[in-house]
Amino acid sequence: MSVNQEFRPKIVAFCCNWCSYAGADLAGSSRLSYPADVKIIRVPCSCRVNPMFILRAFEKGADGVILCGCHPGDCHYSTGNYYARRRMTLLFSMLDFMGVENGRTRVEWVSAAEGVKFSTVMNDFVEKIRSLGENVRLGDLRCKK
Amino acid sequence: MQRIGVFVCHCGSNIAATVDVKKVAEMARLEPGVVFADDYQYMCSEAGQAKIGAAIKEYNLTGLVVCSCSPRMHEATFRKCAERYGLNPYMVEIANIREHCSWIHKDMEEATQKAVILARAAIAKVNLNAPLQAGESRVTKRALVIGGGIAGIQTALDIADAGYEVDIVEKTPSIGGRMSQLDKTFPTLDCSACILTPKMVDAAGHEKIKIYTYSEVEKVSGFVGDFTVDIRKKARSVDEAKCTGCGVCQEKCPSKKTPSEFNRGLNNRSAIYTPFAQAIPNVPVIDREACIKFKTGKCGVCEKVCQAGAINYAQEDEIITEKYGAIVVATGFDTIKLDKYDEYAYSQSKDVITSLELERIMNAAGPTKGHLERLSDGKAPKEIVFVQCVGSRCSDERGKPYCSKICCMYTAKHAMLIRDKYPDVNVTVFYIDVRTPGKNFDEFYRRAVEEYGVNYIKGQVGKVAPQPDGSLLVQGSDLIDNKQIKIKADMVVLATAIEPNQGVRNIATMLTASIDTNNFLTEAHPKLRPVESPTAGVFLSGVCQGPKDIPETVSQAGAAAVKVIGLLAKDKLTTNPCTAQADELLCNGCSNCAKVCPYGAITYETRQVNDHGIREDRRIAVVNKALCQGCGACTVTCPSGAMDLQGFSNRQLIAEVDAICR
Repeated sequence: MSVNQEFRPKIVAFCCNWCSYAGADLAGSSRLSYPADVKIIRVPCSCRVNPMFILRAFEKGADGVILCGCHPGDCHYSTGNYYARRRMTLLFSMLDFMGVENGRTRVEWVSAAEGVKFSTVMNDFVEKIRSLGENVRLGDLRCKK
Repeated sequence: MQRIGVFVCHCGSNIAATVDVKKVAEMARLEPGVVFADDYQYMCSEAGQAKIGAAIKEYNLTGLVVCSCSPRMHEATFRKCAERYGLNPYMVEIANIREHCSWIHKDMEEATQKAVILARAAIAKVNLNAPLQAGESRVTKRALVIGGGIAGIQTALDIADAGYEVDIVEKTPSIGGRMSQLDKTFPTLDCSACILTPKMVDAAGHEKIKIYTYSEVEKVSGFVGDFTVDIRKKARSVDEAKCTGCGVCQEKCPSKKTPSEFNRGLNNRSAIYTPFAQAIPNVPVIDREACIKFKTGKCGVCEKVCQAGAINYAQEDEIITEKYGAIVVATGFDTIKLDKYDEYAYSQSKDVITSLELERIMNAAGPTKGHLERLSDGKAPKEIVFVQCVGSRCSDERGKPYCSKICCMYTAKHAMLIRDKYPDVNVTVFYIDVRTPGKNFDEFYRRAVEEYGVNYIKGQVGKVAPQPDGSLLVQGSDLIDNKQIKIKADMVVLATAIEPNQGVRNIATMLTASIDTNNFLTEAHPKLRPVESPTAGVFLSGVCQGPKDIPETVSQAGAAAVKVIGLLAKDKLTTNPCTAQADELLCNGCSNCAKVCPYGAITYETRQVNDHGIREDRRIAVVNKALCQGCGACTVTCPSGAMDLQGFSNRQLIAEVDAICR
């Protein structure tokens, strides 16, 4: 598949405060680069991410959304990432059905010590979104007359 | 509408070199709600904070956005700053334009554009911030130390000396830990027991210290200042109050075939045992798996010989529930298993041993009474080869990627001690690098080479082959002379990598403390908060945080104690106000939120609600602010959208999403 290098996707990354956000900080302090297309939103835990936020992102023109949390078993709040995992499995399969391909959504576990993994994951995800091209835009039918 | 001030930090050149800070401030001025935007070289400095203060006064600001380093670094600083100048501290948001932007992007235009968007998201969020009031919670003035090695003992002593109660929970029958197994310590060669046992005695005799040996932490709940911990005191089968420690039971016990854990399995112990002679408490434990009485019902010799009547076969595990204000993890380390390293023939030959086993062999109280001899035939070895970095600095999945840090020094110590006591023994050390950063360390290593004639070879050992005559053929490479070397050795000693003790992952999970991929506990900040875990109230002492030697462990133990004392000295703590809250008009009392809450913070009560003029009694979720830790699980699970998280509300997060996707 040819990859359009001109296309600059909009990518939203939700990162939990305790593991992945710290992992992203470590990627930064280790100067491990990844494309500027990724913008991080800090949430206390991956379980704080309401599927509504992800739908909203796609509605507003995001080309990909990635959710990062602590590794299973390592959640700061014990069980939050398990809730997130289940919710996202359901949401992503519904999004796929609605025309937002599975490649545009992802859940990754990145610990506070995994700066390298954070950067690798982001590079890989951006590459994937670039190969998929621009996203269909979800519309909020409630607003249409 | 808020009146927002945006402050863009240069961080010297850390941010300003790749982000056009002036442009970020200029673009921020165009955002709704922003009445002031400026940039400055170091926002966190006194002058930078004064600049923020002046702007708060002059422009009557109600919210702040600081575009700077990670909020994990300076959020607290800027919140304090806001408070000092009369603003609610929770009206501050940080746009992370250093770790998440300037440090990872090279192109100025691209990085600036991203910084503008990150600032935009933070501004959108602050527009929806509401002032929050931190609550207060009380502090239980008692500390728990998990692990009774030198790290745990030192931490407990330091806390107790400051006048606070401390409990030590130790899994094995005695405190002392790894250090009690060592013979001599580098670089002074003083005897380990001589410096450790007085500390053990001090801890045991201290009026503020309570020691639970043969005990494990089973359950932890609560939070900083107010932890509740269940400790399982395993059945010793010996009454601690009655036992006089005479040792007759151990002598008379007919079951003497259990490998001694303390001597690393090099000799056997009885079923009723104390791990070593100087054990504290000096009260034996019956190993129920080895005890004939427990296995067959017949025996009871120990009960018959015990004059104090201390043996109690019916004793059961006891659960002790205790409250603590702070918890220190000092769980220590073990050496890695060598089953994946067939090339060193560890499992094939008794004369291939680990350094910790050599430590026991060299020890006067060890299995050979301190005589250096081959375990296979008891003969004195003439040629000993040491292999460094067995499983350390390893790039494949068999070993560990990190340096175990202590091996270079203890190998030099072993080599020196052997050459000193047995001058006719040849000692060869294969190494990758010799790492001796530490006070008097390099001098020590050079003494081993120059004074004691230890033969150091840079290179790795490829194979150890046991020979029919009982010797070991060591094949290695000499990287400096670029040749293959074969040595016919009598004994091979492996400097085995160290790893955090098994069970630490379980403890970390109970404490919700983060742990890294190598099972070392993560510190709150690698440089500035090295003895604190990111989980408030949990502190780290010793090797559970990373490889270190005894002096480093002792200093870290003291540092952890100071942090604990600082916490326990407070009467009240401020709690995180970013907690969940239910909108009573939307809540239908379905109980979904209570089911997902990991802290049991949600209860229900019936309240009279005024819903558009209609007064009625409704069952509504109520969040206990002291218990809620603000994870937000309930907010997503709520079907009616009644539950929201203060500080990370639905509207705030959606505003951030919108700002990024705009």
